[in-house]
Amino acid sequence: MKPSRRLSVTAIFLGFGLAFLYLPLAVVIVYSFNASKLVTVWAGFSGRWYAELLADRQILDAAANSLIVAVVSASLAAILGTAAGYAFARFGQFPGRATLAGAVAAPLVLPDVIAGLSLLLLFVALGQAFSWMPERGLFTVIIAHAGLTTAYVAVIVQARLAGMARDIEEAAADLGAKPFTVFRTITLPMIRPAVAAGWLMAFVLSLDDLVIASFVSGPQATTLPMVVFSSIRLGVSPKINALAALLILLSLVLLATSAWIGRGALKRASLRP
Amino acid sequence: MIARGTSAGSGRRLVLAALWLWTAIVFFLPFALVLKISFAEAQLSVPPYSALFERVDGVVVGLKATLANYGLLATDALYFKAYVGSLGIALIATTITLILGYPMAYAIARAPSPRREVLLILVMLPFWTSFLVRIYAWIGLLRPSGVINTALQAMGLIDAPLVLLNTQGAVYLGIVYAYLPFMVLPLYARLEKLDPALLEAAADLGAKPWRTFLSVTLPLSHPGILAGCLLVFIPAVGEFVIPELLGGPDTLMIGKVLWNEFFSNRDWPMSAAATVVLLATLIAPVMLFQSLRMRAEARP
Amino acid sequence: MSPVIRIEAVSKRYGAVAAVDDISLDIRENEFLALLGASGCGKTTLLRLMAGFEQPDRGRVLIGGEDMTLSAPYARPVNMMFQSYALFPHMTVAGNVAFGLKQDNISGDVLKARVNEALLAVELDRLGDRRPDQLSGGQRQRVALARCLAKRPRVLLLDEPMAALDKHLRERTQLELMALRKRLGITFVLVTHDQGEAMAMADRVAIMESGRILQIGAPRDLYERPASQRVARFFGDMNIWPVTAGATPGTLFVADLGLEARVASGSFLNGGPLTGAVALRPERIAISRTTESETGQGVQGTVAEVVFLGTASTYFVKVPAGGTVRVVVQNSDATSVFAQGDSVHLSWSATALTAIEP
Repeated sequence: MKPSRRLSVTAIFLGFGLAFLYLPLAVVIVYSFNASKLVTVWAGFSGRWYAELLADRQILDAAANSLIVAVVSASLAAILGTAAGYAFARFGQFPGRATLAGAVAAPLVLPDVIAGLSLLLLFVALGQAFSWMPERGLFTVIIAHAGLTTAYVAVIVQARLAGMARDIEEAAADLGAKPFTVFRTITLPMIRPAVAAGWLMAFVLSLDDLVIASFVSGPQATTLPMVVFSSIRLGVSPKINALAALLILLSLVLLATSAWIGRGALKRASLRP
Repeated sequence: MIARGTSAGSGRRLVLAALWLWTAIVFFLPFALVLKISFAEAQLSVPPYSALFERVDGVVVGLKATLANYGLLATDALYFKAYVGSLGIALIATTITLILGYPMAYAIARAPSPRREVLLILVMLPFWTSFLVRIYAWIGLLRPSGVINTALQAMGLIDAPLVLLNTQGAVYLGIVYAYLPFMVLPLYARLEKLDPALLEAAADLGAKPWRTFLSVTLPLSHPGILAGCLLVFIPAVGEFVIPELLGGPDTLMIGKVLWNEFFSNRDWPMSAAATVVLLATLIAPVMLFQSLRMRAEARP
Repeated sequence: MSPVIRIEAVSKRYGAVAAVDDISLDIRENEFLALLGASGCGKTTLLRLMAGFEQPDRGRVLIGGEDMTLSAPYARPVNMMFQSYALFPHMTVAGNVAFGLKQDNISGDVLKARVNEALLAVELDRLGDRRPDQLSGGQRQRVALARCLAKRPRVLLLDEPMAALDKHLRERTQLELMALRKRLGITFVLVTHDQGEAMAMADRVAIMESGRILQIGAPRDLYERPASQRVARFFGDMNIWPVTAGATPGTLFVADLGLEARVASGSFLNGGPLTGAVALRPERIAISRTTESETGQGVQGTVAEVVFLGTASTYFVKVPAGGTVRVVVQNSDATSVFAQGDSVHLSWSATALTAIEP
């Protein structure tokens, strides 16, 4: 049959594409257990690079910084992104809607170098104008990352709200609940999976960002990607292999969490007649 | 639109005010500053650029704007080559990503249900994996003593290692690799909605599979193609990490030039001007992307 | 007695479409009013204007004599039952019912008692701990009802409440709703596209089309005395023929039947230029083989088509003047069975003909 033959062509592409996506990662993981310091020569299984990694203060400090930035900026983005997603899905038409929507969503596509440079110029100008502004450091990275990731949360929350019939919220209003009560007791519990998924995505993006953080962070606030980047520039090292393997593992855990949240959301959504 | 009472009106105003304030901080103000500083001159000071307004006792008495940065951008061959190079590399890489991504998305969309979800997660997973780690993985594969060269030499196919890393080809590879999920996901979303009955109807009316694809599937997946291409093209134009780590000295991309101008030369006004031009280049595709999103939003 | 809801010259447009077009309507205390119309006629918009989900472009909405045109939904003493039921999926049945009461700051034993009372009224008192996704369609519908009733609203607005139920359950629910309303003494406003449902349940029916009320009245009045062809068509397939003034004063000439007819009622019989039509219900026509000397009117014709419907049959009878008459006959006795081509006589009483506007 002809369609099945065509399917097999696309299946070959799919297989090739997936191999293309995963083989490099597999190589990194395998070599992270290589005993040799020479990265490409296999000299037996060893966990020594993980031990060295966990003894590296610079990397551990940077990882701690990254975690702080990711948690705080993702939380900020979750709040602002939920507000934005709610406004675009539920406020109907309001003056300046298209402009606001464009400004919120712009970081979805804008190259990082643009966001990084422009935010740095802002922080410098603010530091000049207001003496009480804190020095550039984790704080500025948090604001910059939240500015980037709010867009992702907003898109996810807005899509969830758009797919959710309004009558449930209308029923709550009809039963006497004031708008904020409706949001708190009805809307928020129902979009919680979307907010959580948005938070996770914001967390991942923040943890992953090199370019924006490089522009806006101060001398004391080095994040993990900044450390990784400077050591990659010096060449491939087994310690970085180990770190990369751990980061791949982390991404697996995060994606599994996200899929698990998504499944819960799916179960609840199937309730609607 | 649900009309609400007066307290609702104030709640809504509060939310909108917060959003306007936030976008002012992270979007409007920064870009206004970029524009402003692109007209200033670099100087040794803190911050390292000249003031645009001349003030005497806090009163603005004059404007000191210069177009020199833009003049340099227009005349210096390096910048011009970097812009053209960025656009060209992004365009070619986007095309390759589409050619690889479209059959993948098609195969996933046509896969039976439990397998389809697994495949989708497999495509999404790299997106959740550190970008740097993924680029780093390719360095390990491509470098002269890397996995590929070692393997080829072991098999006796080559005598001396091939130059794979720090080439234009490695940059294409890196972009395709890094942005493939961004191409597959919108394509999949579109193809998945495609009613199989349409294809059956076309086949029933006598169209051969290839003809059905050209006259039914391809036109109907057009918005997905556009969205996927924009999602790859726009960030690829401004890409810094990939040309920096995988590209060679001859790889000229504007993101890398901008970075060097800022971090190595500390010429802030120059990098600001380069940003303005990059933004201007990307405004049309970004607007196109936004209008695509709006349309998708209006017709869920 | 003042109306519980008064709609005063209300209009609501969506772009170029007038969803509600200058409607005025009084809803009486304790009545059961049905808004009947096809989808897109504006009936749901009118209901949502009462609930406060929409605000009119023009006109006023008074509830209990108070102007509530701009009041928010939560401030109105009316409750709405949604077509989808709109149950809160993350709350139990009891939680759903308690939600509205908590908004009125009712708590503790009073809350429990009110929730229980409402669940008892719909016979769901034993399912209070279930979640909506553990209920059947009919049970969900009753939770939605209990949730509204717990608030003891002055008016209950029902938006196609039985659309999602199967035929058998729908009939049972109709009876239950009517009994419940009698017991509780609440005003009901029902939106429906099902004329049978409207006729069976409501005290008054307002027939809507294109954002306007075509006619409002008791079901029997609408059925017997439709004011226009459009209303007449809502209730089954009526015979409708255009008429002109007859030669004899007080009669109308029905060209399709070749007949001068006496018409019992109709506002336009007293001279003047005459444009109109007469309507005749198919089941009001007697059909027989022979010309009987009756007091009524009649025509001779030939059976053109027979449609067997089980308890009844529909005959399409061609008359010499060119028109076709639709006749519905109960299949209760075997003598009145006719075949295609049979020559028959049709007759009806003068009161059966109704003059209507075109």
